Amino acid sequence: MKPSAFQYHRPASVSEAVQLLATLDNAKLLAGGQSLMPMMNFRAVMADHVIDLNGIAELSGISLRDGRLHIGAMTRQRDIEHSPLVAEHCPLLVEAYHQVGHRQTRNRGTLGGSLSHFDPASEQPACILAMDGMLVIQSPRGQRELPMSAFGQGIMSTALEHDEVLVSIHFSVWPAGHGWAFEEFARRHGDFAMAGAAALLELDAARRIQRAVVVVCGLGNGPVRVSAVEQALIGFDTAALASAKPGTTGFEALAAPASQLEAFDDPHAPKEYRQRLAATMVARALRRAALRARGEFQELAA
Amino acid sequence: MNSPAVHAAGVTPNAPDMRRVSLRVNGKPYSAEVESRTTLVDFLRHSLLLTGTHVGCEHGVCGACTILIDGRSARSCLTLAVQVEGCDITTIEGLANADGSLSILQQALSEKHGLQCGFCTPGMLTTLSEFLRDHPAPSEQQVREAISGNLCRCTGYQGIVEAALLAASRIAADRP
Amino acid sequence: MTAAARPSPEPGHAWVGSPIQRLEDHALLTGQGHFVDDLHLPGMLHACFVRSPHAHARIRGIDRQRALALPGVHAVLTWADLPEAARKRVPVLLPNPAIRDPLNYWVLAKDEVVYVGDPVAMVLAESRYIAEDAEALVEVDYEVLPAVSHALEALQPAAPRAHLSVQDNLAGKLNMAYGDVAAAFDPAQGAAHVVRETYWQNRGAAHAMEPRSYLARHDPATGELTYWKAGQAPHLDRKNIIELLDWNPEKVRVIHPDVGGGFGGKTIFYSEDGAVCAAAVLTGRPVKWIEDRREHFLTATQERDQWWEIELALDDQARIRGVRLVMTHDNGAYFPWGIITPYIAVTTVPGPYVVPAMDIDLRIVHTNKSPATPVRGAGRPQGVFAMERILDKAAQQLGLDRAELRRRNLVQPEQMPYSVGFIYRDGKPVRYDSGDYPACQASALAAIDWQGFAQRKAAARAEGRLLGIALANYVEGTGLGPFEGATVRVQQTGRVSIFTGASAQGQGHKTTLAQICADQLGIAISQIDVVLADTAGISMGIGTFASRIVVNAGSSTLLAARAVRSKLLALAAHELGVAAVSMGDAGLSGAVPGLEQALELVDGSVRLRADPQRGISFAALARIAQAMPGFAFPEGVSAGLEDTQYFSPAQSTYCNGTHAVELEVDPASGGIRILRYVVAHDSGKLINPLLVEGQVQGGVAHGLGNAWLEYMHYDAQSQPLTTTFADYLLPMATDVPRVEMIHLESPSPLNPLGAKGAGEGGTIPAAAVIVSAVEDALADQVADRLHFTTSPLLPQWIVQRLHA
Repeated sequence: MKPSAFQYHRPASVSEAVQLLATLDNAKLLAGGQSLMPMMNFRAVMADHVIDLNGIAELSGISLRDGRLHIGAMTRQRDIEHSPLVAEHCPLLVEAYHQVGHRQTRNRGTLGGSLSHFDPASEQPACILAMDGMLVIQSPRGQRELPMSAFGQGIMSTALEHDEVLVSIHFSVWPAGHGWAFEEFARRHGDFAMAGAAALLELDAARRIQRAVVVVCGLGNGPVRVSAVEQALIGFDTAALASAKPGTTGFEALAAPASQLEAFDDPHAPKEYRQRLAATMVARALRRAALRARGEFQELAA
Repeated sequence: MNSPAVHAAGVTPNAPDMRRVSLRVNGKPYSAEVESRTTLVDFLRHSLLLTGTHVGCEHGVCGACTILIDGRSARSCLTLAVQVEGCDITTIEGLANADGSLSILQQALSEKHGLQCGFCTPGMLTTLSEFLRDHPAPSEQQVREAISGNLCRCTGYQGIVEAALLAASRIAADRP
Repeated sequence: MTAAARPSPEPGHAWVGSPIQRLEDHALLTGQGHFVDDLHLPGMLHACFVRSPHAHARIRGIDRQRALALPGVHAVLTWADLPEAARKRVPVLLPNPAIRDPLNYWVLAKDEVVYVGDPVAMVLAESRYIAEDAEALVEVDYEVLPAVSHALEALQPAAPRAHLSVQDNLAGKLNMAYGDVAAAFDPAQGAAHVVRETYWQNRGAAHAMEPRSYLARHDPATGELTYWKAGQAPHLDRKNIIELLDWNPEKVRVIHPDVGGGFGGKTIFYSEDGAVCAAAVLTGRPVKWIEDRREHFLTATQERDQWWEIELALDDQARIRGVRLVMTHDNGAYFPWGIITPYIAVTTVPGPYVVPAMDIDLRIVHTNKSPATPVRGAGRPQGVFAMERILDKAAQQLGLDRAELRRRNLVQPEQMPYSVGFIYRDGKPVRYDSGDYPACQASALAAIDWQGFAQRKAAARAEGRLLGIALANYVEGTGLGPFEGATVRVQQTGRVSIFTGASAQGQGHKTTLAQICADQLGIAISQIDVVLADTAGISMGIGTFASRIVVNAGSSTLLAARAVRSKLLALAAHELGVAAVSMGDAGLSGAVPGLEQALELVDGSVRLRADPQRGISFAALARIAQAMPGFAFPEGVSAGLEDTQYFSPAQSTYCNGTHAVELEVDPASGGIRILRYVVAHDSGKLINPLLVEGQVQGGVAHGLGNAWLEYMHYDAQSQPLTTTFADYLLPMATDVPRVEMIHLESPSPLNPLGAKGAGEGGTIPAAAVIVSAVEDALADQVADRLHFTTSPLLPQWIVQRLHA
């Protein structure tokens, strides 16, 4: 399991990277390497050229500008996970990262790499979709922006052209006091989700849900927003939550449309199983998000 | 070993893409010529003859090849040697005390029988060294999650977990 | 785990029985171990295999021209290039007349491939990278043939044949019986209840973290062939090399250096063993091959695919009257290890229970998969799964507590030694040597608070959580003979060496054997060098499997050390002028009464008890015993302070144990969380409790993997679909609980240590107990009777069953 031979390139800027990408045949971009390198070791990917993005300083960093959080595509997952800015403004992402791989893979893996790889079970595209993220993409023709909702084109397939590089991701943050949760079922800690759900909630003064985002991943070609659930949530009274037993919160029925989503059918997880699981994950994510919005969730020590 | 599907697509450039890599490993400077496709673990083991780091799966799951790059744990099977130009690498060979005696963590692993065949041990040690540095007073669950990216087929992990907790308490006691 | 290990015993305690820190640890903790891939020899070539992508095909031709043209490629070898003697099949170890077609590996495929990964050609190059480049350029023309994947389907008349040479896929049949089974199942004669079920267990490879690793060097000047292998049975490897290369036995040396885990998978002499040795001879250069993980998934032997149709008859007091079963064993494509696995599986069924009559039909089936050979547990997990599950089903049917049903059927301590009725794999009757099975079960139940569970379950239910509890028992044949020898030698430096043919894959054999020796010679284990698994170190040996090393090599070490002790005493007595002694008094018992009273062995010296200032060091004695040219020995002294013993046990020893688990099941996902896991076990006398606990804890982890994570999936064409660690799930630190252990120590009367062996008991009942507990947690979630029949039990199957 050794990679096939290639020419190695280490550009120092994005413009240099996209020039290389535009001119070289059969070139692959190397970000954190946590997905590409295994595929190269298996020779499932045999690139003639590898363009290493790890030398481009401008691709990393986290900042908050005008109510939007900006994250460079090459920012390491672990740096996002431990960023005070992200913890304050996008705790959903932090919770999701606790379930992404392992510390060694998060130390190297990047947000942009994960989005570009677009594994359907990955937590990160689901979170960026939930945040309604915008992707900044650069090519020799300049920069363009694309919403996350338009980025995925199928399993491990994105709207990136052959000469385009994902540069950064930005999204509008939710106000303080919002509720969030990322819930998934994976066979083991750190494995990709068999089904996962991201939930974001905002309550009104009467503690009814006034805004909701629900995203499911792990079922089909990529993460999807479940608008039927989102709409049904508006006006839901959260008052009885704290005393409700898990499984009887009222969210179980509201989450049911998640069990109608398109899903893979394979020996590891039959379609109905994934669908049923999705609805359960949504209900559980909603419960935790709502409890957090009410200030009633018992957080575990990090 | 290749999947049958890629047999026909093999592309082999005529001249290997050779690069010089200069770096520090366990505080010592090294410099060597290496083909760009060489993984860091093969470079450490076969070029620098630092064979303490092990290769268990070559797809980034087992964790036996974990080393520290500038103090951060990483899979050396998923890193190219050319990528660590100028970096500071720490491997299992660099973890003992300066006088050659076992570090607190190494000693704890021996006392708690946290190793059997020893093949996963280099990855466990590097991962836990980073973890205990960042989390001086961990819970058992935190230790388990910290090494969840390191597979061990022998020990059932219990001795490793107990060794990490023992080492944490001893390190804390050592601190003024 | 109990107390931390110490470098030496507490004052007043012996080395044997104390939790001692391992001799092995320092090197392994500092990166100074010596695994095969750590060895770099000048001029070494790196091998890579061209493997069949098809489960069954005929080879029509091999074109290697493009591969040979690649710079850095030294050779591409096929079957026709092998030395003549290597162009035959690898010998079947443990042949058995029940095998109709005893087919084993070719060194390289001759004209037919029979499983995905079957090696067809071998590339030798300057680096593994180049070897893999060339491998992709070797063009093999295959005529794809129909393959058989499923063992039950393989027995259908219209099924394709796994090999072109066989008439059908029934590779062997065996019937074994004792007692009057017909009467046992006859209602007129007291069979009040009959319980029937079919069970299935899936296969998986051993997955030691170190892949298979081989290095061969041939020195044409001397004819010496040296083979370094990550293996488990060095002398068996040597035997095969001698046969396949028609080599002078005195010129073959096999060494197993540090081995990174074995679990059965490294016991086998594979195609690649033969190919690497042959290539070293053919090229005159050292040849190294390191298996990669994908190759391990495809080609390392695997275990556990078996189908069990089992029937249990009980009387009106719920006492077992008899068992009838038909077991179908998926043997894969070849027989490298005979039919040991299914044989052990069926003879393990009675376990700790009195089973007056049994009838077994065993069907062994060829399929187009990597061969089935022992993986940790070696058939026992399946036999225990079938028996424990059918007992659970009986308890359900009879409305009886699962523990009470078992209790009524346990062999009682006063029945020991207890003959089951079978002949075991060692050719001796299955005869349990010692143990208190009721006490063992009772101690596990007390530890997990079986009585208090109903209350805990109800309390959890009030919170919306589902808890289950279960127990499972096993008896494990261990300590298999015929022998494993040991040489103990006092060196001229005063240090002591131990040599044995046994190899270690993490068990800590160096430490264990050193502890046994240290007590006899009055030295610390740091004064002892243990050389394992070097055929140049000891002339005969067998290997490490079947939890046999402490019983065999341990006893040999004990006896050899005692003999050396006698020699030390006798020679020291002479040198110190104590008394005239005849070596004839020494014998093997180690007891030389007069001398033992006059002399003592302390810190590497023999000294007078009455005058401790007067003594003589081991080093001085060794130099005398190794002699000066021309000087005669005193009367009664013979050459050397060394002794070799090949202890041979009269029969296998039998360990036993009870596992008990309490867990929580999430009915929505099928996920489980283990709350407590208790193991009460009796492995006889413990040499090093810390190491035994490590074996048990690690064994349980392996069993848990089998129970709910590991699933080796093949499609209908026998193409393996789970060939990465992302698809085939090994247990992680977050999956394995702390195992609470209770050690019972019933010494075995069959060896001087009283030991039994502990390598596999953690694995054997784990799947049975987990599946039972999941069933218990969910029993009232379905309207009908819930009974799970597979291992693993995957979460989606749980959820599907709940919604069926």
